[in-house]
Amino acid sequence: MKYVDEFREPEKASKLFAQIETLAAEVSGKLGRPVQLMEFCGGHTHAIFRFGIEQMLSKNIELIHGPGCPVCVLPRSRVDDCVALAERDDVIFTTFGDAMRVPGSKKSLLQAKADGARVKMVYSPLDALALAKQNPDKEVIFFALGFETTMPSTALTLLQAESDGVKNFSLFCNHITTVPILQSLLDAPQFSIDGFVAPGHVSMVVGEEPFEYIANRYQRPLVITGFEPLDILQSIVMLLLQLKEGRALMQNQYARVVQKRGNHPGLSAMAKVFELRDKFEWRGLGSIDQSGVKIKDEYARYDAERKFPVASIKVEDPINCQCGEVLKGMIKPWQCKVFGTLCTPEQPLGALMVSSEGACAAYYRFGNVEELLVQKENYLAKGK
Amino acid sequence: MSIPASKSKRTVTFDCDVITMAHGSGGKAMKDLIDAIFVEQFDNDELAKLEDQARISIADLSKIGDRLAFTTDSYVVYPLFFAGGDIGKLAVAGTVNDLAVGGATPLYLTCSLILEEGLAVADLRRVIVSMAQTARACGVSIVTGDTKVVERGSADKMFINTAGVGVIKSGTAISAAAARVGDVILVNGSIGDHGAAIVASRGDLAIESDIESDCRPLSDLISNMLAVCPDIRSMRDATRGGIATVLNEFASASKLCFKLDERSVPLKSEVRGICEILGLDPFYLANEGKIVVVAPASSAQTLLQCMRAHPDGRDAAIIGEVLPAPESMVIVKTIFGGEKILDMLVGDQLPRIC
Amino acid sequence: MCLGIPGQIVEITDPLRNLAKVDVSGVKREINIACIVDQDHPVEKCVGDWVLIHVGFAMGRIDEGEARRTMELLNELGEAQKEMEAMQETQSKL
Repeated sequence: MKYVDEFREPEKASKLFAQIETLAAEVSGKLGRPVQLMEFCGGHTHAIFRFGIEQMLSKNIELIHGPGCPVCVLPRSRVDDCVALAERDDVIFTTFGDAMRVPGSKKSLLQAKADGARVKMVYSPLDALALAKQNPDKEVIFFALGFETTMPSTALTLLQAESDGVKNFSLFCNHITTVPILQSLLDAPQFSIDGFVAPGHVSMVVGEEPFEYIANRYQRPLVITGFEPLDILQSIVMLLLQLKEGRALMQNQYARVVQKRGNHPGLSAMAKVFELRDKFEWRGLGSIDQSGVKIKDEYARYDAERKFPVASIKVEDPINCQCGEVLKGMIKPWQCKVFGTLCTPEQPLGALMVSSEGACAAYYRFGNVEELLVQKENYLAKGK
Repeated sequence: MSIPASKSKRTVTFDCDVITMAHGSGGKAMKDLIDAIFVEQFDNDELAKLEDQARISIADLSKIGDRLAFTTDSYVVYPLFFAGGDIGKLAVAGTVNDLAVGGATPLYLTCSLILEEGLAVADLRRVIVSMAQTARACGVSIVTGDTKVVERGSADKMFINTAGVGVIKSGTAISAAAARVGDVILVNGSIGDHGAAIVASRGDLAIESDIESDCRPLSDLISNMLAVCPDIRSMRDATRGGIATVLNEFASASKLCFKLDERSVPLKSEVRGICEILGLDPFYLANEGKIVVVAPASSAQTLLQCMRAHPDGRDAAIIGEVLPAPESMVIVKTIFGGEKILDMLVGDQLPRIC
Repeated sequence: MCLGIPGQIVEITDPLRNLAKVDVSGVKREINIACIVDQDHPVEKCVGDWVLIHVGFAMGRIDEGEARRTMELLNELGEAQKEMEAMQETQSKL
């Protein structure tokens, strides 16, 4: 497969690993602790585990998995709202696959489906629009979630609905933005990340500038990264080189896709359709200003929140849920009290165990669970 | 040993276009349906007698082996007709394979149908013809059956249940727990073809592809394999849950470690394409014509050559080995040389896949 | 959610709606190419382009030149590493 296979070649990988080993030893030597790099995006978390990269890295470097998984940060109240909408007789509720298993306060969309709600998995918002045209007697609602990566596709679908004169189609908008959450993490006093593997597909839409801002303001090296394993390894080398040389710049490793100014048609569709919300609730992280978008007034007729009553009752996470700490990189997934015991992929307490991009699910699926549970017991015992 | 084909061919006319409740009521409509379609197609004397049970000579069975192999499966695949097969072919092949992987010679099948009121008779006929063809191709007879019709909406067009019996030769001892350290793991070809074909056939993900299901009976291939390598340790057909599920079953039962090399697992580029687009993992995708085999290392090359010489094993490959530890785990060496654990599937990658 | 895959545009199916057929390893699907269409790249000229596909939309064109440059860099890094290893080897022999 072109543009995929060449970025997965093992011989190049082994050389990169060796270089990472050398550089990490040097940088961690200077720091007096392992180098800590945050990979923000769920897609990066998934790739790292899928290719077994994490365990092949030297112990002088630690990869911290950040909150860039939109399914993982979806608050319970919004899931409850989805379920309520799906349970309406006059609605077909469409969603990406991952979001179906996230637990709400009573049930997930998958459970609602088993109970008789009309929930349909789609690959693209355009499929939801097609479904609306095929089912004129029902309202088809598309669960729009994701960072800036998916905003253009949602916006363009809404504009297509307008142009096609479709009246029974609306969006339940849960899109979130990247920069505010990055700032919120970096502003926290105990945050000690040395550099960022930045989300390549967000940048594909928004360009380099927002990340240049982060690198400069917070003086941390940041590399916009692709999603193949060689991309990730190359990015780690670039970050280590910057740290070794005391630089703190934005670099673009994913230049084959990411352009400096981002994607103009995508950005322009987004600007037409969306505006920022004052604040938006993030599961485990609380409320963050200006971090979510909603549909503009001119397009209210496509906004499920305005067309239907949506309770949005804030629901606290269970006390033993430590999703927030994992999302902020404060603890590793296996250090969460309920990892692998009360919280498993079959019975998830939090969204991080549900989504295929969630850090907890990744550790559970690809890691040695028994070993991790032993590590967890040791860690918790030390804390007492 | 096979039941001889029916000598008197009755042609019963059957003019209905759709299945109605009457066809399941036990009356004349049902009898006509059975005669015109099932007896006609499955074409064997035992079925033609239409007793309440098929009768099979124990003495005849004992001439083949010393144990009866007995299995059952239900088929609810959607859509009924997909690239490379249909629910009927699937039903016969699936049950035959369940017998064959235990080292049994498959002999007789049942065919129990649950039909939805309104099902097109043309579709039913097409499925039954396919079942008959598949059965003939692997030398099994469908000797008894049942037909029920349920109201519209109570079933999705057609569900099939088959039970199958076969005979296992004395001395054959294939089991999930039999693997030993040092054994090799083989598959008879590319993985995930059936799952990918079903995704493409469903149309709701709007994927166009030439990929066909690998659905087929493997009894002939397996009998060749056992002839050259009678000490095959474990063998299972990898259906729902893909090869990952079978490997985990073997690992748990034997308490050994099954380690795969990702680079040696055969995968068609189109199946890979579908997996990359949709984020599916081919290790968990369903197959309907693939077996996972564990055999002693000393027999590996002979077995591999034997498989590759057969049309159902052209792309056979050695994909891994059995190690002592970590216990009961399936590990994959990735293309990078890193290792990851291949756990049991949680949730449902694709519903109603077989 | 970040699942993007490269594919090649093989046909324009609906120029007014910006719909095209893309090929990913032999598998074809209809996608929306509004995001990669502009004055320099009108719809009809997009056949043959390699794009990144995400949830049914082409979200960016893959620049062959940049891809090659990245590959060369990866090669160079590998060469640099080989040199370092060679140097270390000769060092330890001294």
